[in-house]
Amino acid sequence: METLYLVLIDPFVQMVQAPDFFLQVLWEGFVSGVLYALIALGFVLIFKASGVLNFAQGIMVVFAALSLVGLTALGVPALLSLVLCIGIMFVLAVGVERMVLRPLVNQPDIILFMATIGLTYFLIGLGELIFGGEPKTMVTEQLLLPTGSSDLDVMGGFLILQHIDIAAAVIAIVMVAALGFFFSKTRIGRALRAVADDHQAALSVGISLNQIWVIVWFAAGIVALVTGIMWGARSDVSFALQIVAFKALPVIILGGLTSIPGAIVGGLVIGIGEKLGEIYWGPLVGGGIESWLAYIIALAFLLVRPQGLFGERIIERI
Amino acid sequence: MFYREAGQYKTSYAADMAVFPIRQDRIGIAVILAVAFVGIPLFASDFLLTSIMIPFLIFALATIGLNILTGYCGQLSLGTGAFMGVGAYACYKLTSYFPDTNILVWIVASGFFSAAVGVVFGLPSLRIKGFYLAVATLAAQFFLEWAFIRIPWLYNANASGAIEVASRTGFGITLTGPAAGALPRYFAVLAIVVVMTWIASNLLRGRIGRSFMMIRDMDIAAELIGVRPLHTKLLAFAVSSFYCGVAGAMMVFFWLGAAEPSAFSINLSFQILFMVILGGLGSLIGCFMGAAFIWILPVVIRMVPEVLGLSVEAATVEHVNFVIVGALIIAILIVEPHGLARMWQILKQKLRVWPFPY
Repeated sequence: METLYLVLIDPFVQMVQAPDFFLQVLWEGFVSGVLYALIALGFVLIFKASGVLNFAQGIMVVFAALSLVGLTALGVPALLSLVLCIGIMFVLAVGVERMVLRPLVNQPDIILFMATIGLTYFLIGLGELIFGGEPKTMVTEQLLLPTGSSDLDVMGGFLILQHIDIAAAVIAIVMVAALGFFFSKTRIGRALRAVADDHQAALSVGISLNQIWVIVWFAAGIVALVTGIMWGARSDVSFALQIVAFKALPVIILGGLTSIPGAIVGGLVIGIGEKLGEIYWGPLVGGGIESWLAYIIALAFLLVRPQGLFGERIIERI
Repeated sequence: MFYREAGQYKTSYAADMAVFPIRQDRIGIAVILAVAFVGIPLFASDFLLTSIMIPFLIFALATIGLNILTGYCGQLSLGTGAFMGVGAYACYKLTSYFPDTNILVWIVASGFFSAAVGVVFGLPSLRIKGFYLAVATLAAQFFLEWAFIRIPWLYNANASGAIEVASRTGFGITLTGPAAGALPRYFAVLAIVVVMTWIASNLLRGRIGRSFMMIRDMDIAAELIGVRPLHTKLLAFAVSSFYCGVAGAMMVFFWLGAAEPSAFSINLSFQILFMVILGGLGSLIGCFMGAAFIWILPVVIRMVPEVLGLSVEAATVEHVNFVIVGALIIAILIVEPHGLARMWQILKQKLRVWPFPY
C-alpha cells in the first residue's frame, strides 16, 4: 500500500505542490526532447532513402562539432569555418557513398548496419587522431548564438530559460519545417520520396540512386552539424556526445523508422518522459534511471504498436 | 586434390550423420585439438596464454551464443554484454555463498541465471522484429548495466563497486584468483569451450536448430507448418544467453580477475556482434574465426610500433587501431558479406579442385 502510494500518487502531489518546478522540469525535458528529435531526424533521413539504420549519426554529430571547433581554433573566423564544415560534411557524404554504400548495394540490412558501425569506429579513431580526445568548448558567441538566461515569473515561482535552449528549439523547428518543405515541394525531395518508396521503381524512371544517397547523407550531415553545435553549446564537445545517438534509437523506433513527424513527437515523448521519470519516480529506486527509462518507454509503445507511432503498417505475406 | 571426399563411402547411418563426415575434416580437427591441448601449453608463454588464447576462447564462446540467436534464429540482439554480465555476477554471488564447491560447477550454473534473464528480455521478440527488436534489447543492456551499479547486493556491497575474484579451486587445483597460474586457467577455459561448442553443433543440426532456422527464414511460414514461435524464440534467447552467461563468468573468473559494471557495457555487445558478423552469420567455425580476427588484430597492431622500433604514443596507437579496425570491417563486409566462414568454404572448394579451375 505504502509503495503503491509512493508510485502512483505521491509524484503527482509533488507536481501540483510545486508547479513552477514542474514547469521547469517540463521545459528541460522539452529542450532535450528537441535535441533528441534532431539526431533522430538524421537517422530517419538516411533510413527513408536507403533503408540503412545509420549508426554513425552519433559520431557524425561529434565529428562535425569537432571540425567546427578545431577550425576556429586554427584562427579561421567562426562563420567561415561553419561554411567549411558544411563542405567537410559533403566530402564525407560523397566518401561514404563511394566507399561504403555503392559496393554494398543490395546487401541485407544487417550488413549495412554493421558497415555503419565500422564507419563509427573509423570516425572515432580519425577524430581523436586529428583533434585529440579532450573535451572542447563550443564557439557559441562567435556563431552569434545567444547565451545567458532569463527568469520568467509563473505560478508563484520562476522558470529559468537558457537562451541557447530557446534558440535550439527555434532552430530545430525551422530545420524541420525546411526539411518538410524540401521533401514535399522540390524536385529532389520528390525523387527522395520516390527512392524511399521503391528503389527499383525509382531507378526505372531515371532517378540516380547514387546521387540521392549523396544528397541524403549530406542532409544528414548538416543535421548532424546543427545538432553538434546545439549539444556542444549546452555541454562540451567531446566523444562522450556520441552516446546521445543511443538515446536517439528509442526515439526513432517510438516514432516509426520512416516518419519525420514521428521523430519529432518521439523525441518530445522521450525527452519529457525521461526527465519527469528521473525527477519524480527516480528517487524511489535510487536514481540514475535516465539511462534506461527511454528504452522502456519505447518498448511499452512498441508492444501496442509494433511499427512505431507513425510507422507504416507492416503487412506480412508468405 | 587436397580436400577430396571422393571414395569415402559411408556404410552406416551413424557415419552419415557424424559431426565431421569427411576424413580430412576429422584429421584437421584432431590436429587443432592436439595443438590446443598439447602444443600451446607446452610452448606458449604466459603472455600468449593470458592475453591472447584465454580471451580469444572466451569471446568465441560468447560469439557462439550471439550467433545462435542472431545467425540461426534471426533475432538481432544488442544486449550480449549485459547477458555476459548476468553470468559473471551470478557466478560471483554463487561462489561467495558456496566457496567450497568446485568453481567450474558455478561457472556453468551461472549460465542458467543468464538464460532466465534472457528469456524475460526476449519476450518482446514475439511482437517486435528486426531493428525494432535490436533497440528493445538495448533496454536489457542499459537496464542491467544500471542494476549492476545500483544494487549493492550484487557486488556484496564492496567499497569499489567492482566484483573481485577470490581464490577458488576445482578438482583440487587453484583455478581463479591472483594465485592461479595461466595454464590451469587455460585448460579450464579450453575444456568448457570445446564441450559447449560440441553441444552447440549437435543442438543446431538437430530438431531444435532446424526450428530456429525456420523461424529465421520466415516466421509466419514456420508457424503455419507447426513450429511454435513462442517456444522457439524464447528457447533461442535462453540458449544464447546461457552461452553468453558462461562466457561472461569465465571472462571475469579466468581472465580479468575483477570487473566493474563498465566491463559489460554496450561496447562489449558491439564487439561480440562484430565477431559474429565478420565470422559469418550462422556458422560455428565462423565464430572462432571472427573472435580471432577481432581480438588478435588490435593486439598485433599494438605490437607493430615496438617491432619497427618507432616511438609512438600509446594513445596514438589506440586511435590508429580504431581507424584500421573500422576500415577493415567495412573492407571485409565489401569483399565477403557472408564473413570469414564463407571465405573458408571458398578456399576449401579451391583446394578440392586444385590444380583445375573447376
